[in-house]
This record gives sequence, C-alpha cells and structure tokens, in this order.
Amino acid sequence: MDLTLTAEERAFRAEVRAFLRANIPAETKRKVDLGLPLVKDDYVVWQKILYARGWIAPTWPKEHGGPGWSPIQRYLFDEELAAASSPRLITFGLKMLGPVLIEFGTEAQKARFLPRILASDDWWCQGYSEPGAGSDLAALTTRAVPDDDDYIVNGQKTWTTLAQYADWMFCLVRTSNEAKKQAGISFLLIDMTTPGVTVRPIRMLDGGVEINDVFLEDVRVPKENLVGAENDGWTVAKFLLTRERFGIAGVARSKVQMARVRDIAAKELKGGCPLIEDARFRERLAEVEIDLTALEMTELRLLSEEAAGRPPGPESSILKLKGTEVQQAITELLLDACGINGHALDPDLIDGLARTDGANLVPLVPEHAATVAGHYFNWRKASIYGGSNEVQRNIIAKAILGL
Amino acid sequence: MNFTFSEEQLLIRDAAERYFREAGGPEIRRRHQALIGGFCPETWAAFADMGWLALGIPEVFGGIGGGGVETAILMEAMGRGLSVQPYLATVGLAAWAVSHGAPPDLAAAVLPRVAAGELILSFAHLEPGMRHDLDRVACRAVADGGAFRLTGEKVLAPFGGQAVMTVVAARTAGAPGETQGLTLFLIDVDAPGLTLRDHATVDDLRAATLVLDDVPVPAERILGEVDDGHGLLSAAVDRGAALLAAEATGLMAALVDGTVGYLKQRRQFDRPLSAFQALQHRLTEMYLETELTRSLVYMAAVRIDGDDPQAAARAVAQAKAKTGQAGRLVGQEAVQLHGGMGVTDEMAVGHYFKRLTMIDQALGDRAHHLERLAAAPD
Ligand SMILES: Cc1cc2nc3c(=O)[nH]c(=O)nc-3n(C[C@H](O)[C@H](O)[C@H](O)COP(=O)(O)OP(=O)(O)OC[C@H]3O[C@@H](n4cnc5c(N)ncnc54)[C@H](O)[C@@H]3O)c2cc1C
Repeated sequence: MDLTLTAEERAFRAEVRAFLRANIPAETKRKVDLGLPLVKDDYVVWQKILYARGWIAPTWPKEHGGPGWSPIQRYLFDEELAAASSPRLITFGLKMLGPVLIEFGTEAQKARFLPRILASDDWWCQGYSEPGAGSDLAALTTRAVPDDDDYIVNGQKTWTTLAQYADWMFCLVRTSNEAKKQAGISFLLIDMTTPGVTVRPIRMLDGGVEINDVFLEDVRVPKENLVGAENDGWTVAKFLLTRERFGIAGVARSKVQMARVRDIAAKELKGGCPLIEDARFRERLAEVEIDLTALEMTELRLLSEEAAGRPPGPESSILKLKGTEVQQAITELLLDACGINGHALDPDLIDGLARTDGANLVPLVPEHAATVAGHYFNWRKASIYGGSNEVQRNIIAKAILGL
Repeated sequence: MNFTFSEEQLLIRDAAERYFREAGGPEIRRRHQALIGGFCPETWAAFADMGWLALGIPEVFGGIGGGGVETAILMEAMGRGLSVQPYLATVGLAAWAVSHGAPPDLAAAVLPRVAAGELILSFAHLEPGMRHDLDRVACRAVADGGAFRLTGEKVLAPFGGQAVMTVVAARTAGAPGETQGLTLFLIDVDAPGLTLRDHATVDDLRAATLVLDDVPVPAERILGEVDDGHGLLSAAVDRGAALLAAEATGLMAALVDGTVGYLKQRRQFDRPLSAFQALQHRLTEMYLETELTRSLVYMAAVRIDGDDPQAAARAVAQAKAKTGQAGRLVGQEAVQLHGGMGVTDEMAVGHYFKRLTMIDQALGDRAHHLERLAAAPD
C-alpha cells in the first residue's frame, strides 16, 4: 500500500493538467465555476477538444479509440478535469452506450456509432425509465412489434436527461410478454428524428429544463438497431447500469466544490468576521471532508482491485450511494454558507453571467450566491437518478450481504 | 398547565383549514405569482374579512386582540396551504412592532387600516453582510432637527414592493456589532430618496431591496426609543421566527400527508410503495419530527406573549433551531420518496420543500439559534 504517486504518474498528471488548463474555453470554465447553466455547445466544443487530443474516452479499449490508461491514470485524469473546471462529460454515449456497443454490438454497429460518439457528433440520451417503471425498471411497457425489417415502437419514456439535445436514444423496449418480465426486454437504438418521436420538456423545481418526456408513437426502427439478442436487453441494461454507477461518485468534482465552499465562506461574513473563521462552520466542513476522503480512498481501493484484474461488481453501489450523499451535503454547505444572500432569485444575474455580452446589471445578490439555492434544490435528484439510493441499498443488501 | 386550544382558537383553526383546503396549494399559489408582485388582492380581502389581519392588534386600534397562539395557528394553516401572501411581514412582524412601539397617533393611523386589509407593511432589517446578527445593522439615521435622515441598503424586505410602509432598523448611534444605538422607524416606501427593487425569491415569494439615500423620516415615525431599539427589534424578529416555525410545521405536516398519500398510490414491484417497511420507517420518522417541532412551536407561541423575555427567547431559539433540522429532514425525505416526481415543478412537494428550506435561512438559521442557546446562561 502506497499513497504516493510514482514518477510516471506525476509526469502524467502534469501533462494532463497543462493541457486541460491551456485548452478549456474561458467562458465554459467561468460558467462551471459559478454553477451557471450550460448549453449544448459548451459541452460539444470542449468534448471535441478532448477528442482531438485522444482523451475523450478514458475507459474505452485502445483499439476503439481509448488512450489505454491504467485505472490510476483514469482517476488522475478525472481529478484534473474537475480541477480545470471542465463541464461533466456527457456520459450517455461515452460511458454508457460506447462500452455497451463494444461488448454487445455488431461490427456494423460499432463502425457506425463508435466514431461518432468519440467525436461528439451524435448526442445520445437514455430511454430506460417510464411513468410506470422507475425503480421497477423491468415493469416497462413500451412495446416494439416486429414488422418486416423494422420494429414499430409505441410507448412513453420519461425523465430522459437532455433529450432535447439528443440525436439518438438508446432505449429499453418490451418485445415479449411471455416469460418473466426481465426476459422480454430488448435494447434498441432510436434515431430521434424518426417520425413519431416527440420530446416534451419537464420543468424542474429550480426552474431548469434538463429532463423530458419522450413519446413514441408508431416509431419505425430498423432491426439492425437492435443491440444484443431480442429479449436479452436486460443483460445489456444491467451491464450499463453498473458502469453508470461507477462514474457517478464524482469524488474529484466534490473536492472542487469543497474548495468552492471554503472560497465562499471566506467572502461571507458572520458576526462581522469571515465565516471561514467560525469554529462551528469549520467543524461541519471537517465532517464532510472526512466522508469525502473515505469515499475517495474506497474508490481507490476498488480501482486497485480493477487494476489487479478484478473489475467492480455490486461494490459500485457504494460509490453511487455515498458519492451522491457527499455531493448533496456539499450543496447544503454552500446554501448555509451564503445564508440570507442565497435567498433572492436573480434570473437576470444568472442569465447575464451566463452570457458573454456582459449585461450591465446591479445584482441582487453576490455573484457567488446566485445559484446556491437552485443548486441545492436541483441536486436532490442525485439520490434519485442512476438507480435511487434506496435501490442501491437493496442491491448491497442482496448482492453483498446476501440478505 | 393546559395544552388544549380554547374554543376561540379552535374556531380560528377550523376556519383557516377550511379556507386553505379550498383556496390553498401550489395551483393557487402559481396563479397568485402570475399577478403583479405575487400578491392577490382578493385573497388579502378574504383574510381581512375573516379577521385574520386584525389578530394581535389591540381592540382600540381596530384589532381583535389575540396573540401568539392564535397567530401561530393561522400560520400553520397557511403553511399547509402554501400561502404566498404577505401575512408574516404585515401582521407578524411590522404591525406587532407598531402596536408595541408606535406613539398612539401613529398606531391609530396605521393599525386600523392594516386590520381592514388596506395597508400592507414590510419589515426591512436585513443588510447584505449581516447574516442573522441584528447588531450588525449599519444603515445610518442622522438627526436633522427633530427628524432623521436615513442612508443605507436593506435587503429581503418581505413583500417590500407591495407594501405601503415598512419598518426599517437603522443606527442612530454606535457601530455595527453594538446592540446600543439602534432605532426602528416606520417609513413610507415612496419616500424621497428611497429606491426600491422588487424581486422574486428562490422559494417563489416576493421581496425587495431598498436603497436609502438621505431619506427624511419625521420623529413621529419612530418606533420605541431612540438608540434603544435592539430590544424591540429582537422581540419582533423572535416573534416572526416563532411564526415562521409555525408555518414550517404546516408545511411539514402537508409533506407528511402528501408523501403518505403518494406512496399508498404509487405502485412498483406489483405493490404500493407504502408496503415497503424501509419506506414506512422513513415516513414514521418524518411524522415524529413534525410532531416534535409542532410541540416546540406551541411552546414558543405561548412564551412570546409571556412576561419572561429570557424564557421567550429560549423557547423561540429552540423551536426555530428544531425547525431547521426537522424541516430539512422532512423536506429532503419527501422529495426523495416521490422519486423523479419530487424534483419537478409540477408536483406540490417541490414547492413545499423550497419554502421549508428557505424558512431555515430566514430570521435566524439553525446555526444561529443553536449558538444563542449555547451562549445563554444555564
Ligand atoms: C434528474 C433526473 C434525471 C434522470 N435521467 C434519466 C435518464 O436520462 N434516463 C432514464 O431512463 N431515467 C432517468 N431518470 C429516472 C430515474 O432513473 C428514476 O427516477 C429512478 O429510477 C426512480 O424511479 P421513480 O422516479 O419512478 O421513483 P419510484 O420508483 O416511484 O420510487 C419512489 C421512491 O420509492 C423508493 N423505492 C422504490 N422501490 C423501493 C424498494 N423496493 N425499496 C425501498 N425503496 C423503494 C425509491 O427509492 C424512491 O425514493 C432520471 C431521474 C431524475 C430525477
């Protein structure tokens, strides 16, 4: 056991750091630092920069365009991405569908879709959940009925993140009602421009629009867009969910957010002194930091296991569960640090800050406090999506504790 | 000792619950928000008709008397109904300060109009760097003959943009950090030198930022004693905090009921979610926390009318600190147990959650009240 980086690892980190800092678009960085809303281009432009450098898909095998990094290198890369104020990379293509196609896709599917995922030419979204199938995903009822070389798909997906930007959706559909409900599901790729696909935005409690209903009405999908065997989509779906959970811990990002808490607490006052000098507040910081460090060390232990050839199984649920709890604890620290300054809603400020033309407004609140409340509200989602934290507990109870 | 409501208190409670069952909730609130300033004149008139705006105002000034408990009962019902009206600002904070601090002529000019629903009042004590420390007021009031001239910035004056007058805390002497030297004034919102910016808050209420530039205020508009306003200010703020805690109790109760109802109806894994014991226990915890908070709120509501200011301050601090912790738990759990529905703008739960969250940030957050309790002599 050794907590120090080797000389090569340090050199790797220095190289990554230099590149990321030199190349992240200043506007994107500023938005991320202030927690402002991002638009499609912010993501795509940046992802294309990483793509050009060959670093867009750290988890992919080399022959498909991955950089061939070790788990520790991937960890360092994530750290540096967060430290450089990178937006979250959009995971649907890169971390979900890509590995799925590499594992289950036909050669034609790989050739058609993987390069466009790498280049961020296609934006993918995830069509799993339905109104009647959330935690009980296998209860999904969207039907795909064979018709010559096509399927005809009818149903509704919901909570579909950023479907408003998506060119394609990977989708779980029911192709059989005969056996156990998990056994009749298939994994289908749907072109969002196909007639019969309608996207309807869902407003979230902070006013943002990042989730959608997706209605599918007699949508014609070529059979060549089936991934894996018909009725074997559950295997594919589960493979993907384990991946999703791994990425979701967000340790590096949480570290950056903790630094932001400190930064804000140095600006905010309590009793006329900087809040950061307040012993009680510092204790709260220390508590969250303990949890974050414990999470980071746990992730490193799992990564070392992976490096030794033992890829993570249900343990990834630990990371999802605790990772999102820490993220949420940090949003509480941010909210509490800003105190009354987080109470006014200043859409013009948020809007103006997000624009480059420099709207000349007298802000209602300090810049650093403009988004903390909205962020706290919005981030309650983290313990709901990606398999809710209750579902993660069920998985740990069953698959690890054998209950 | 008696913890049951009087006949009259029960009448207030039943009327309020009935009214908000019919007129409350997020749909109504959304409609109110669409109106200018999020304030609904018809609703305000209905409040006046029911005598709610006269609560706590002495009978000689057109009020119906009544005190902390009656007002808390009402605020709890408003919480349940997610009421968006400037009730706390007008009745809970400002009218109380006027009742207890204004010279008789001023009280006679203002309070009957408040009781009749003709006058909305705001309460402007906060400033940007103040957090929750009342002694950090920096806004200056300079004597000018018998009158004063006020200069400074006030933030988050509740419904300041809809109010006709507002209480303002300013410094007639001393420096920020000192309790001595504070004075309360009742000023006209359209006074010369006053610039007001009306805005929404993150929990969908209205508030205003006030910039005061040499605003003249006649001596008749002073509430309480010059330089000695800290006591009146902190008593008003404490009363407001107790009432906010009462509102929070109503919000929490609504979230408990709403979540119980949702889990009974939402089916996953071929059964209602309410059948999962893990979730039953979570609901139970929400319920327990709500009841414990409610008990502290009633205690505080009684104490704020008592004759022991220390006991009152302690009771309020306990109730408000508890509200901060319990409100956060109940709000977060309600959202969580609604799953994806919980984070949408469409469902009521998110609106209740937002308001509950921001109640902790208003009139002293949990940390502030804990600190008061920790600092109080044994
Ligand atoms: C912001 C956001 C983005 C999302 N993005 C996507 C996306 O891009 N694509 C997609 O397909 N889906 C997405 N989802 C959907 C997400 O996966 C579901 O919300 C989640 O699976 C929960 O389902 P549900 O909302 O139906 O809640 P429900 O399943 O109705 O659950 C309600 C509550 O009950 C609990 N519960 C349920 N079953 C049990 C049990 N057996 N034991 C104990 N507790 C239980 C849950 O944990 C939850 O707290 C997103 C959700 C959100 C909020």
